[in-house]
Amino acid sequence: MSIILDHVNYIYSKGTNDEVKALDDVSFEIKDGDFVGLIGHTGSGKSTLVQHLDGLLKATSGHIYYNGEDIYDRDFDMRALRGKVGLVFQYPEHQLFEEDVFKDVCYGPRNMGLSEKEASLAAYSALKAVKLPDECFYVSPFELSGGQKRRAAIAGVLAMKPEVLVLDEPTAGLDPEGREEILDLMKELHDTRGITVILVSHSMEDVADYAHHIIVMEKGKVFMSGTPREIYSHIEELESIGLAAPKVTYIMHELKRRGFDVDTSITGVKEAVDSIIGAVWNA
Amino acid sequence: MAIVETHGLSFDYIRRDEEGNVSSINRALDDVELSVKKGEFIAILGGNGSGKSTLAKQINAILYPTEGYVLVDGKKTSEEENILDIRQKAGMIFQNPDNQIIGSIVEEDVGFGPENMGVATDDIWQRVEESLKILGMWEYRKHSPMRLSGGQKQRVAIAGVVAMHPECIIMDEPTAMLDPAGRKEVIRAARALNDVEKITIILITHYMEEVVYADRLFVMQDGRIKMTGTPREIFSRVEELEELRLDVPQATRLAYELKKRGLSLLPDGILTEKELVTELCRSYSIM
Repeated sequence: MSIILDHVNYIYSKGTNDEVKALDDVSFEIKDGDFVGLIGHTGSGKSTLVQHLDGLLKATSGHIYYNGEDIYDRDFDMRALRGKVGLVFQYPEHQLFEEDVFKDVCYGPRNMGLSEKEASLAAYSALKAVKLPDECFYVSPFELSGGQKRRAAIAGVLAMKPEVLVLDEPTAGLDPEGREEILDLMKELHDTRGITVILVSHSMEDVADYAHHIIVMEKGKVFMSGTPREIYSHIEELESIGLAAPKVTYIMHELKRRGFDVDTSITGVKEAVDSIIGAVWNA
Repeated sequence: MAIVETHGLSFDYIRRDEEGNVSSINRALDDVELSVKKGEFIAILGGNGSGKSTLAKQINAILYPTEGYVLVDGKKTSEEENILDIRQKAGMIFQNPDNQIIGSIVEEDVGFGPENMGVATDDIWQRVEESLKILGMWEYRKHSPMRLSGGQKQRVAIAGVVAMHPECIIMDEPTAMLDPAGRKEVIRAARALNDVEKITIILITHYMEEVVYADRLFVMQDGRIKMTGTPREIFSRVEELEELRLDVPQATRLAYELKKRGLSLLPDGILTEKELVTELCRSYSIM
């Protein structure tokens, strides 16, 4: 079970003067149950890429395999794929439209052809999964706080019981606690339900803390791919494309240069504390 | 002298049903006392729904106080004859750059504000040139704003405000929709406007890293100002900030955790990576 991209190219406005090569020979595999961070600066091709994963955009050339099946095959059920790969866009709460939260969350499963009762059950369990308090179920989505709206919108996607959840900057515009709540929710869905999570983010710190694997995009190409420690050990390459390592990684490098025996591949605060304490006491 | 001052400022969002009867009242600001001196760079922090944006709209006379008053350069925002003057003195920048740009060419967009104020044509072009140069966007003057990056668009929006020669610019989460490079551009621009042009800056943000250079911070919750102080004072109160749904910069967090684990010589309120490394070297270096 996995998603495989095989030499995928995508050209916007093909055949016009405005031709832009948004994806350039992209090949990689996302394993079932993985937690993937997708980073790259604005315009690097991240959003174009994720829209290929559930078939919203069709590659100009190349193949995408979902669990071994070519999604561009004539017999492939694209509608089913859209249920299996749930895409949460940026500012998903802008897409809430029903008169109450519960109806909004029912929309997806009903649209997939589930009965009223099945859709209600799916919606209920999705709203529970995102930990929206019960008193929010039957109010207008517009009466919720920013973080609650975001969770309601994510519930709308979860209600379709996706196997893969793709989130494009799910924490944009939220306060620090709201950000942490959403990221912890992703981690929980991943850990307890085995959902494959693909997180598109601008925050190097968030990706370092949550993702198990990172794909770095630049100019439509895969620039790097590896574990957070592998990726963030290439500070200079990341900086050359306008990205950076987490702040703690810089601190570890600087401490090492000043003679502390610390691990420079560290990307999170917790490990950094242990490493610095160790270096100080062992000295 | 204070450029922005509020006294006993309270504000209620009042919701009415179809018949016009009041169905709910939500107190968004509660007895806010704020005083910002000319030339200061202040930042307002607070979780979603803490009242930050409502406060910003009060300063720009988009909303008026339910109780108390707001003075901008000594003028009350609640008096209608002051509004145009206040909006020229206190310019505002919003989250989404796409909603603030109206011109199809960068220089036209920047000229729109002064033109609307009735500035003479020659002066308008001079102001456009000045402000685009200050924001480092002069070479893009003939471009279409649509083709710019988020950070560049936001700088064009700021240039549009600067062209109106404001005393003060209120930025309401100007970087929330930008990538890290864009965020840096905008914060650098805000600092330069403050340093070089002496424009008072009121920055509202969720990103703790962006406020470490501010002169003073105000932390809001439930419509009230809960904490006031320099970044160093505020960020040395890690636990209180957490209760207010906020965080601290990563270097501050690391220093705080290290101190808890026994590195007691580290001072409170470390703000940057550089400071932390320096302090560790001073107190714990083996060399």
